[in-house]
Order: sequence, then structure tokens, then C-alpha cells
Amino acid sequence: MKSKKIRDNYITYAVVILAYIIFQILASTGHLSSHMKGLLVPMTYYAVIAVALNLCVGILGELSIGHCGFMCIGAFTSAFFSKVTEESIPQAPRFILAFIIGIAFAALFGFLIGIPVLRLKGDYLAIVTLAFGEIIKNIINAFYIGVDSNGIHFSMKNSMELGMDPEGEVIVNGAMGITGTPHDANFTIGIIVLLLTLIVVQNLVNSRDGRAIMAIRDNYIAAEATGINVTRYKMMAFTISAAIAGAAGVLFSHNITTLTASSQYFGYNASIMILVYVVLGGIGNIRGSVIAACILYMLPELLRGLNTYRMLIYSIVLIVMMIVNWSPKVIDYRKKLVAGFKKG
Amino acid sequence: MALLDVNNLSVSFGGLRAVDDFSITIEKGELYGLIGPNGAGKTTVFNLLTGVYKPNEGVIKLDGEDITRKSTIEINHSGIARTFQNIRLFKQMSVIDNVKVGLSETFKYSALEGILHIGKYKSVEKKMDDEAMKLLKVFDLDKERDVLASNLPYGKQRKLEIARAMATSPKLLLLDEPAAGMNPNETAELMETIALVRREFDMTILLIEHDMKLVSGICEKLTVLNFGRVLKQGETKQVLADKEVIAAYLGQD
Amino acid sequence: MSFLTYLINGLSLGSIYAIIALGYTMVYGIAKMLNFAHGDFIMVGCYVIFTVSGALSGNSVVGIIVAIVLCTLLGITTEFIAYRPLRGAASPLAVLITAIGVSYLLENVALLIFGADIKSFTSVISWEGLSLAGGQLKIQGVTIVTIIISLVILLVLQLFINKTKQGQAMLAVAEDKGAATLMGINVNKTIMLTFAIGSALAAIAGALLCSAYPSLSPYTGAMPGIKAFVAAVLGGIGSIPGAMIGGLLLGIVEILSKTYISSQLSDAIVFGILVIVLLVKPTGILGKVIQEKV
Repeated sequence: MKSKKIRDNYITYAVVILAYIIFQILASTGHLSSHMKGLLVPMTYYAVIAVALNLCVGILGELSIGHCGFMCIGAFTSAFFSKVTEESIPQAPRFILAFIIGIAFAALFGFLIGIPVLRLKGDYLAIVTLAFGEIIKNIINAFYIGVDSNGIHFSMKNSMELGMDPEGEVIVNGAMGITGTPHDANFTIGIIVLLLTLIVVQNLVNSRDGRAIMAIRDNYIAAEATGINVTRYKMMAFTISAAIAGAAGVLFSHNITTLTASSQYFGYNASIMILVYVVLGGIGNIRGSVIAACILYMLPELLRGLNTYRMLIYSIVLIVMMIVNWSPKVIDYRKKLVAGFKKG
Repeated sequence: MALLDVNNLSVSFGGLRAVDDFSITIEKGELYGLIGPNGAGKTTVFNLLTGVYKPNEGVIKLDGEDITRKSTIEINHSGIARTFQNIRLFKQMSVIDNVKVGLSETFKYSALEGILHIGKYKSVEKKMDDEAMKLLKVFDLDKERDVLASNLPYGKQRKLEIARAMATSPKLLLLDEPAAGMNPNETAELMETIALVRREFDMTILLIEHDMKLVSGICEKLTVLNFGRVLKQGETKQVLADKEVIAAYLGQD
Repeated sequence: MSFLTYLINGLSLGSIYAIIALGYTMVYGIAKMLNFAHGDFIMVGCYVIFTVSGALSGNSVVGIIVAIVLCTLLGITTEFIAYRPLRGAASPLAVLITAIGVSYLLENVALLIFGADIKSFTSVISWEGLSLAGGQLKIQGVTIVTIIISLVILLVLQLFINKTKQGQAMLAVAEDKGAATLMGINVNKTIMLTFAIGSALAAIAGALLCSAYPSLSPYTGAMPGIKAFVAAVLGGIGSIPGAMIGGLLLGIVEILSKTYISSQLSDAIVFGILVIVLLVKPTGILGKVIQEKV
């Protein structure tokens, strides 16, 4: 079993690498339209955040509907850094630093938000994560930061309030966001981030800490009685999950010209879209999340006709999947069916 | 010095005294039974001992250490492990992983080593696996090591819960109605298991039980609880022959 | 005077939240689930009124009645098809995710039928309202009607719960499903009735919401729905007077913070309140503590 788990992990890495090679071959032989090429990076960051959310939902067992908020934090902090240092630091180290900053801030917020949130359970936790996601988005939308020779200026009102020198530059312009972040992300980097994410999460699951986290998910009362520090491990899982979502945000912001904290990308509907990936890939199934995210992201883009009905189909699939997998009656029926097959 | 020394423990819920002036002394190595009719407060005593509820009055000492106000987690680290009346396993985890969760306070490596599978990870995991397999063998669960806990038959689930508790290397093991819902065969097997645990690990055990046969068969001492108060305490034979005890039991069941 | 106007506007918005929160709190209290799609029932109600009134050249009374009936049916059907199979599921997340699915479904069906463009909703209340203090204080008709209707609903619900057999059955199911079954109460029927009432209230809330804020889109119900849940939590989930108090408070806070602090940050403030309440007093103003049995 031990070796089977490890083998399972390697299959996941192999699938990702194989997909990468296939897409690279398609691209280099001119079989990918420029539209398709444009979808490759988003595909990787959606896979990354889907894995992050699965860590929270499937491994920790708590539903977050605000994960795009962490992605938003990762996106904005790293984009801010890259824009400010665009002239002074060469691309490669700058992008690495941008990742560190985006991940660190997302982790910090995950930790801070986790303190109150993880005292709650189930529905309450879900709605509070939603609330935090919306708060983050709202605050960023009202945030103005500019840089001039005197340093950094903040305002929560408008860019005029920054009181900068005439040559000062507005970096974060409220609801208009950040424009002109260097275009550092590409498909290869996206795939590397995805692989690193997978290594972290899959290794975690197969470690002492991962088992403690899953024990809390399965029965927190028994976990406490077994000496597991429930708060500590919940915080750990939530913070790591937020950090990974932050990494997805870094990819996001360095692949887009104008970064705004819009509902389309960072609102709870976007978070729910990620949840759809996780549910369809199988709650707790890390590889499933990656595959589901890639397919569900690409499919409607490929089949344009499907686009109108895409969300409709997803919602129906979501409901049906939950009932088929979780309804006590359906489970009983499935067991009987399987037993019947074995007999017959 | 007694291993467990509980003095004048009381707790009330909304005006109702669920446990009233409860005292018990358990010596190291004893197998002690806590019996009483339904609703007598037996599980509440367990919940007080393990910090799930905080007592209004009284002192709990384990091996000389005052654990009265400690949290469930700290109490486990101090040396009390328990099972539950309605089995509480980590259902979506394998049998061996259930035990390894219990081992995780004894065998440690840092989170970073765990996430990157570096440093002590491999060697410590190996030690954990060996230790877990040893325990599983004692409970005759070694063949099911990779089965999901929820897929085990009922009797084995009970055993796994005991194995998990033992994995935390406790000084005192609390078993809450281990024979509940078992048929006579399973009960007999369980009695053997409990006896084995005691011998093999030199364990002190406090056991809540309904099944009088199980109690009289293996416990040396009994405390009978009725309406939250101690009705009788002492050697098993004497207690079971007591008129008040018989009356309390005849009143129900 | 302007403060008073804002306060009254806050009361009006709060009354709408209160009506929605009543539906939330009843369903949460009795079926023990967060019906994430509750807000979308409001949107369905609005589109029904919009369509029917449009077809009948502005007769909104018929529209409202049809909306109430259809929303009630929608609530019952949703409960039966999507939620009931998941009662007793091993993971409490199952039914919540399903409810999110239902919310998505309703929004996207509306999107397909009516399109994404915002429809301008004609107020169902034609009364102009009052002009007090020599015209300095104007109160819109819809504001007054909303406040009155919410109070009437609160009274009727309180009477229903406390004085009728079905109401008592609801309380029993809320307390303990198993015990209620033993007492001969049909739990499924009781939960269905709860959904019916909650959904009917959603239709009424929809009519009032779109009359006060006359722009209708497939996402009209989502935000007010979530805020009403915040209101229900604030008041103490499961408590009917709590939903009312929570709704009113939240409405006032939202309007005042929009006016005096920042319109962009008002949502953040409203959600901030939820976070603070859950931290300081997770049971809300009138809620009670539930501890898991070990």
C-alpha cells in the first residue's frame, strides 16, 4: 500500500508532464491556435488552485468558498512587487521573489483569517470564508497605492488623495487595479508551479501531519482524544492551502495586462467554479482535481457552442455527483447492485 | 501512589447534577469496572476524566499530576487514552493510518521534512510502520492493514479503536462499553483481547460496561454508579452480591 | 433630516433582509442545512412577477400571487429532489455543495431564458408615499409598505409556530428529528412545509426588493441572499424574532455605512459584522448553544 501510494503520486506527476509534452509538441508544430496558447497558463493556475482547494475541502474537510480571495492577494502583492522593481531587478530573480512575496502574503492572510474561521465548522465556516473573500476583494478595490521619490503612498479614497510628486506613479489604482505587470508567466513555469504544488500536497497527505489533518476531518473528537492538536493542524492545512492559492495568483497576475479585483476572477462565483473542479475531480482526489480543472477549463473554450450551456451543465453535474456519491440511499443501492453483480 | 486518584468530582448541566461527589482510586495494573444503569453518568465520568467536560468541583490526579483543568489533548499527552461508546474511528483512513495517528506524538519529524519527504522522514516513517504493525498483530488486525476503517466488520472496528488508543502509549486506558452491540462470540473474543492488552502492555484499564458477564469475568474491582452518585465500590464479588446494587440493576434491564 | 431618511431607508432594506432571513433561519433551524439557493428563489420570484405583470400589462397583484405559488413549488421540488436524498449523508458538506449547485442552476437557467442584461422592474407599489415636515422628510410608499409587510409576516409566523399543530411539529423537528419521529411527527412533511413557507417568503421579499431597487438580473438574489444569511446569523440562527432583529440591524448598518463611510466598502463592513458576531457570540443575539454529544 505504501508503495502503491507512492506509485500513485508518480502517476500524477507523469500525467502532468505528459500533458506538458503533448501541448508543447502541438504548439511547436503549429497545431495550437494563438487562442489555445493563451489558455495554457490559465489552465495551470486553475489546476493549482483546484489542488489548493482540495487540500482544504477534501483533506481538511472544511468547505471554503473564498479561496479566490487568497488568489487575489497573491496576485496583487506579487504584481505590485514586480511592477515596482521592474526596472531594478532582472526578470528571473524578480519573478522568483514575486512568487515568494505572493505566497507569503497569501499564507499570512490564510493564517490570520484561519484564526477566527477555523473556530467554526461546516456551514458557518463556508459562509465566513465567502465573507472574507468578498472583504478582500472589496478592500483591494478601494485601495490606492502610488510610488514617488518620497516613497510609497496609500489612500482608501482615490488616486488624488495620494498626494504624490507630479512624477509619481500610481501602482494600484482602486477598482482599476494594476496595469502593466511584466508578463513573466508562461506555460513551462505554470507546469513547474503545478508540479511543486502536487509534490507539496501529496507528500503532506502521506506524512504525519497529513494523517493528523485527515484524522480531524474524519472525527475531530477522536482526534483530540488521540492527542492531536486540532487547532494547530487545521491552521497548518488552511495556511498551506491559502499559500498555494497565492501561487496561483502570482501566475494569474503575471499573465494578464490589467489586473483588477473583479468578481469575475476573485468573487465567490469564481471560488465556486473552483469548487466545481474539485467536486467533479473527486473530493480528496488530488489528481482528479488537476484533470477536472484542465478539462473543464479547456472544454468550453474548445467547444464554443457548449459555452452557453456550460454553467448550466456544470450545476446539474454538481448536484447529480453529490447525490450519487453521498446520498445514503443511493450508496445502499449501489452496494446492493455490486453485491448482485458479484453473485450473478 | 495510586495511578488514578479522583476526589469529589461533580458536574451539573442546567441544574441537573450529572455526576455528584464521585471518587475513585485505581492502582497501577488494575482492571477496574465502572457499571450502572442507563443514564447513571458513566460516560460523563469518562468525559470528565478526558477533559471533554470540566468539573464544577473535584480533583483528578494521574500518577500524581493534577489534570483536572487540562484539555483533552493535554490529558492524552499526560497518559489517558480512551475509546467511545459509539465507535469513533478515522473512517476514511486505512487501518494502519488510524494507528499511526495515535503514534504521531511519539514519533516525530518536522512539518517541512514531512512535506518534502527529506531528513528524518523515511527512517521515522519506517519506525512508525514497524510499531504500528506490532500493535496490529496484537489485535489480530495485521492482515487488514490497508483496509479502510469504515470497511472493517464491527468487532474489528472496536479492536482498532483500542489499538489506536494504545498507540498513544497511555498509562491508563478508558474503554467505554467495548462490548456494546457485539454478539456472544465477539464479546468472548473481546474479553481475551482486553486480558491480552493488560498482560502484554502491563496496562491499567478502567472499563464502562453494561454486560455483567464481561464485568464479573475480568474486572477485579467495581464502582457502581446510580443517578450520578457512587452506590457501591470495592471487590467485584462483594459489589455484585450487594443488595442495593441488585436492586438498582433489577429496576431496569 | 437626512439622517432620518437614511435610517428609514435602512429600516426598509432591513425589512427585506428580515423577510429573506426568516426563510433562511426556518430552514436552517428545522432542516439543519444552509439553503444557499434561497437568495436565488428571490430572483425567480422577481422574474415571474416581471413576466406575468408584463403579459397582463402591469397587473402586479396577479404577478405576485403567481410568483408566490411558483416559488413555493420550486422550494418543495428542490427540497424533494436535491436535498432530501442527502439527509443523513456522511459528510455535512454534501448538502451544502448541492445547495450551491442549485443556486448555480437557477442563475444559469434564468440567464438562458432572460439573458444577462438588466431588466428594469416596475415597482409593484404604486403609492407615492408620505411627505412629512413640510416636504423635508419624504418617505417612499414602497418603504412604508415593506416595513409593514415584514411586521405582519413576523406576527403571523410567530402565531403559526406557537399556536398551530404544524408549527409545534416544526419546533419538535428542530429540537430532535429522532424524537419527533417517535412522537408520530412526519419529519419529511414538516421539512417540506418549512421549505414551502421559506420559499413563499422569498417571493414576497423579491417583489419588495425589486420594487425598492428596480434592476433585475439573474444575480439579483445572490448578494441579498447571502446578506440575509448574515442577518439570520446575527440575530441567532433558528430564531424568528432574531431574524427580524438581525435583518433590520444589517439593513441600517449597510445604508449608513454606504452613506457615511464608503459605498465600496459597505459590503466589507456587512461581512465584517458577520465575522465579529461569529467570533464574539457565535449563537447570535437570540440564538442558543448546541453542543455535540460525545
